[in-house]
Amino acid sequence: MENLFNLFVRSIFIDNMIFAYFLGMCSYLAVSKTVKTSVGLGIAVTFVLLITAPVNWLVDTYLLKPGAMTWIDPSFADVDLSYLSFLIFIAVIAAIVQLVEMVVEKFSPTLYSALGIFLPLIAVNCAILGVALFVQEREYESISEVVVYAGGSGLGWFLAIAALAAIREKTRYSHIPAPLRGLGIAFIVTGLMAIAFMGFMGIKI
Amino acid sequence: MKALRKLLDNIKPHVQPGGKFEKFHSTFDAFETFLFVPNTVTHKGSHIRDSIDLKRTMSVVVIALIPALLFGMYNVGYWHFASLGQEVSFMQTFTFGLLKVLPLVIVSYVSGLGVEFIFAQVRGHEVNEGFLVTGMLIPLVMPVDVPLWMVAVATIFAVTIGKEAFGGTGMNVFNPALLARAFVFFAYPAKITGDYIWTAGLSGGTGIIDGFSGATPLGLASAGQMDKIPAINELLLGFIPGSIGETSKIAILIGAAILLLTGVGSWRIMLSGLLGGLSMTLIFNAAGANAYMELSPMTQILMGSFLFGIVFMATDPVTAAQTSRGKWIYGFLVGMFAIMIRVFNPAYPEGTMLAILLMNAFAPLIDHYVIEANISKRLKRALKASNS
Repeated sequence: MENLFNLFVRSIFIDNMIFAYFLGMCSYLAVSKTVKTSVGLGIAVTFVLLITAPVNWLVDTYLLKPGAMTWIDPSFADVDLSYLSFLIFIAVIAAIVQLVEMVVEKFSPTLYSALGIFLPLIAVNCAILGVALFVQEREYESISEVVVYAGGSGLGWFLAIAALAAIREKTRYSHIPAPLRGLGIAFIVTGLMAIAFMGFMGIKI
Repeated sequence: MKALRKLLDNIKPHVQPGGKFEKFHSTFDAFETFLFVPNTVTHKGSHIRDSIDLKRTMSVVVIALIPALLFGMYNVGYWHFASLGQEVSFMQTFTFGLLKVLPLVIVSYVSGLGVEFIFAQVRGHEVNEGFLVTGMLIPLVMPVDVPLWMVAVATIFAVTIGKEAFGGTGMNVFNPALLARAFVFFAYPAKITGDYIWTAGLSGGTGIIDGFSGATPLGLASAGQMDKIPAINELLLGFIPGSIGETSKIAILIGAAILLLTGVGSWRIMLSGLLGGLSMTLIFNAAGANAYMELSPMTQILMGSFLFGIVFMATDPVTAAQTSRGKWIYGFLVGMFAIMIRVFNPAYPEGTMLAILLMNAFAPLIDHYVIEANISKRLKRALKASNS
């Protein structure tokens, strides 16, 4: 239990997807003009991460890892399909996002109207693939660890984009030099925010 | 004074629009308003009649910083002569500190104001007074042995990237003085951490007496030497090694009193910051997993730059939260994170700087939600009133 809590805190603050790894930058910069839409995207990313990361973990553990397929037949013990992981992970993410979009549209029109426009955008968000690959690389043992890690990473991403959006709403009234308006200042703000997040780096929990 | 006025009046026609040196208008304007109270009045729009303006506000903060600066100078001399094992007079101690600290102040002001003047010239606006406080804060948060060129580079970085890129005074998101310190901290870590840099002439110095360590209370705490941390009264008086302005809590409290009496600093942020720090310490006391967590709340609050940061940095009216309720949340989180980073992170002995920078990043978000909550609360009230 304590281990899971530590993992959760780590993935939000210390291993923040944006400020520690700079993953998912394209939608982070593009959709952070207002707080409202950025919150929608943040929730959507967390939601999709919570579904795709465990599925990818299952695929990795039972199909791709060296010797993963021994549950089918012991003779598969030396089969290693991990070179396929990029392809499979991307395909899984894209398929699941499509599926989720259809299910949400069918069963919850209100949720669809809130998240719907963001879901296709997320299929190619590198933070989602990043989490799947980190899960594979760090060899998380159980599915609960993967769910907690995915939830924490999503929440960290959500906090980062909401904070950036609030700052960008504020800087809209500033007298910023013309060449820096828009994306330029967003990059500068991101860099400075990353400096502020350096405070968590090196914490061992 | 009259001769000065005459000189300015002679130059004035040349820098007015249409004059020969029209493009130096903002530089001239800065000097004129620095020397004389401007007698121009505005004609349009609605106004609040008040004697306080940006320049007055900044002057109050600079005055509030003076006790910390003066004590810092004395403390620099005190530790220098203590490391050499010499007994010297009060004036000698103070003069030594003055000669060490003054160059830092001058370098910070010259490089920062230089950038401000260039930007004002190029962008054609007036030079603002915002840098007066930043330029004073930067030397106060540096260790005394920091090289002068480093102060200059850090100041130029902070003013250019942290302030002018956002449009100048009043528009910045992060506190420029803290950015300058963070810049030195991450770019030249060897010059701002360790035991040797807090005393002038200790690194590479000769004639140091045996057994002199020069470690700050925070350095001792993170090294696990809890029994060596100075007693509360020493921490309060400030005869401890540390950044120039942070050591004497008495001087900082005098500054805090000035800020609070004049209403320039927000009491909400100071109070909630203290409460945040205290409650985090009490949580750690209850957990008690290691010796650092068991330090008493008084010691935690008085160590390092916690008070200095809460009083002078967190209350910066530009980068802090703007709404009243937002200020409570902002201050509380600054206090909590400051103590938390300090205790948890072995890489950084002090967390105040990064905690304030972190909350600077989240202050607009806090404000946004405080305002949203107010809007929905009032909407509900209005609906209720119209229904009944």
